[in-house]
Amino acid sequence: MAAPLLTVEDLRVDFPTRKGLVQAVRGISFSLGREKLGIVGESGSGKSMTGRSILRLVSAPGQVTAKRLEFDGIDLQRASEAQMRDIRGERISMVMQDPKFSLNPVMRVGEQIAEAYRTHQKVPRDEARRRALDMLAAVRIRDPERVYRAYPHEVSGGMGQRIMIAMMLIPDPDLLIADEPTSALDVTVQLQVLAILDDLVTQRGMGLIFISHDLNLVASFCDRVVIMYAGRIMEICDAKNLAAAQHPYTRGLLSCLPKIDGDGSDLPVLRRDPAWLEHGL
Amino acid sequence: MSGPAAEAMIDVRDLNVIFGKGADRVHAVRDVSFAVAEGATYGLVGESGSGKSTVLRALSGLNPDWSGTVTIAGQPQTRRRGKAFYKLVQMVFQDPYGSLHPRHTVDRILMEPLAIHGLSDPERRIEQVLEEVGLGPQFRFRYPHQLSGGQRQRVAIGRALILEPRILLLDEPTSALDVSVQAEVLNLLQRLKQERGLTYVLVSHNLAVVAHMCNELAVMNHGAVVERLDVERLKRHEPQHPYTRQLVTASLGYDRAAIDRFEDFGSVG
Repeated sequence: MAAPLLTVEDLRVDFPTRKGLVQAVRGISFSLGREKLGIVGESGSGKSMTGRSILRLVSAPGQVTAKRLEFDGIDLQRASEAQMRDIRGERISMVMQDPKFSLNPVMRVGEQIAEAYRTHQKVPRDEARRRALDMLAAVRIRDPERVYRAYPHEVSGGMGQRIMIAMMLIPDPDLLIADEPTSALDVTVQLQVLAILDDLVTQRGMGLIFISHDLNLVASFCDRVVIMYAGRIMEICDAKNLAAAQHPYTRGLLSCLPKIDGDGSDLPVLRRDPAWLEHGL
Repeated sequence: MSGPAAEAMIDVRDLNVIFGKGADRVHAVRDVSFAVAEGATYGLVGESGSGKSTVLRALSGLNPDWSGTVTIAGQPQTRRRGKAFYKLVQMVFQDPYGSLHPRHTVDRILMEPLAIHGLSDPERRIEQVLEEVGLGPQFRFRYPHQLSGGQRQRVAIGRALILEPRILLLDEPTSALDVSVQAEVLNLLQRLKQERGLTYVLVSHNLAVVAHMCNELAVMNHGAVVERLDVERLKRHEPQHPYTRQLVTASLGYDRAAIDRFEDFGSVG
């Protein structure tokens, strides 16, 4: 197997507070090739902090430490801010959960996408514009010309999320970190957007970290799944074998989901075991 | 009177909701009809903008811009609803972070409906309802920010139940919650329904939640009902309308080949 695109070893994210140290991520390790890796967990499990610490986006007072945090041979912990600026967007990009807080409200969305392209490529304005329109069409926006001229408040949440994805994909990154990129979308649109990401992974060899709380979606979409609970990794398994997962937390999460062809009897309730905190992977 | 309307707890006929005028006119709900028997749970399913929540808001009296016939517990409803209506019908909202007053304690939140309706013995009622929603007396003097999302939703359910209504309108009651907390809240709703013989209308985009909770459902798209079906038919994955079938396929997970066959049901027939 080729060297992994990303290696994470013993990653920790701590927040000092008045009441003591809050450990958001408690020493996790995983690696990523040119594949779709899902990170699943409930709120507060540390899955978003994991994504943010790869791009060094955890702001003070948060402290990120790791034995190893390496992307394509680059030590992300030692990289200078200037190096990080080159990496962010162009090599590793990130789609955040809520487009409302991620788009510039006073700039036309098309210009924002074109700007993302021109930040990393020396190209004339016309070409950036053409590329941005192509990208809008690629994320299945029906009338790219009209949307290009729209301001963020003029587009729906679903369209805003697709605009964000277009902006993150236009610099052609090697690794995309997608933090709940589709949970605000309707289920059919959600799957169509995932199909775009899927094609980029299979056709261009992009690596994808897909952060989600939706176990069924991750199981059917990703290649491998990392299950997180309280800042630790409970288990890493092949997505196709998720139904046969061993860890009681994973089994608990799977069984408490209502099923479309279930019998309507009471759902099993998840029992949390304090020992899980001691024995993460 | 004859027909199902005579027995139905909720009977909605030809409901239309229109917002705005002229160029801004939006026909949000188009000729929607359904009936819910006492003690049943009826599901309204659809994607965003389908009008499912607007139907619920018209039923609850939160939205006066409707026309058609709405009969609840045998009483034809007008646009304005009195106190007696709210004693009978209560609503639980999607976002437990937005639906509780941030500067009111749980005690004050639960006291308010009792004071409005002048019910006796508030102490006993508050303690009893806290017990029933699985919170217990230690939560009584806490503020919403001291509670988790699931605990807040339990308070919201308690606030609705404290008037001892016969109907609960549930607008995506678990979509803001983690799946493990969702299971607890759905179990709570099922238990309360059995104990009190409540009638539910549940709005959700999640077909699995609707299949789990409901007896019958209506699938909405662009303001109109495209299909009404029995839950058994949904469970056998045998809906008739292609839109419903596509929703079922989509809710089963990611399937690259199926996605390429997705159709756009954008226009209204």
